[in-house]
Amino acid sequence: MKTPSRHTALARRSFLQLGAAGIAAAALPLQAAADAADADAAIREIFGDKPLNEGRVSVKLPPIAENGNSVAITVAAESLMSPDDYVRRIAIFSPRNPIAEVALFKLGPRAGKAEISTRIRMAGTQRIRAVAEMSDGTLWHGSASTVVTLAACLIG
Amino acid sequence: MATIRIAAPDTASAGEVIELKALIQHPMETGYRSGPDGKRIERDIIEKFEVTYDGETVFEADLQPGIAANPIFTFYTRATASGPIVFKWTDQDGESWSETHDLTVE
Repeated sequence: MKTPSRHTALARRSFLQLGAAGIAAAALPLQAAADAADADAAIREIFGDKPLNEGRVSVKLPPIAENGNSVAITVAAESLMSPDDYVRRIAIFSPRNPIAEVALFKLGPRAGKAEISTRIRMAGTQRIRAVAEMSDGTLWHGSASTVVTLAACLIG
Repeated sequence: MATIRIAAPDTASAGEVIELKALIQHPMETGYRSGPDGKRIERDIIEKFEVTYDGETVFEADLQPGIAANPIFTFYTRATASGPIVFKWTDQDGESWSETHDLTVE
């Protein structure tokens, strides 16, 4: 037995990645995958045409996810959460999943803290976006990306 | 009967922001997968998750197939009065499951 040299190990890894990418590329055309425009449309459908401000919303995702079927995500919005200054709604969007909208959360001043954690499916490497609607009607936007090595929808 | 797990404090002081964690066992079948026979597996998802406490809805979620199987949510609420916190899940066919957690506010 001989341990593979660093070079062959790397070659094997890139080969595996190519294989996974090939499977993903072959399977994707079967499904209507959303794209960036769909995510924009989904945001407009839920929140209307108001301008999206950058900031106040943070999205936490792991930098790399081995399995796109279950990726931990935390979305937080900066707000006092007082009776007259609170977060009304928070939504998560994916520019690459078959459906751009992932979830819509309705909060209120009683939440105390505008932070939600859940697990989402990711059909491939992408930048997940989150939008928060404040009690004054303004919209705030944040995003984070994750490299997905095995996409959801293709396997169990 | 779906298995439900709730993690929430039993007691809290008035005004304290408490963490609530709720999980329900559910496949959240997307409708995009094919079974071993090559046929598409029908979509079967929970569409709504709602939490009421002290006579008011304190958290509500509309779910899409993008939420992973066995959906889990961690969120917060401010402890106001002693009483039941009711967690309720409703699927696309209107079937629902719920669980109650009693909170004592000191």
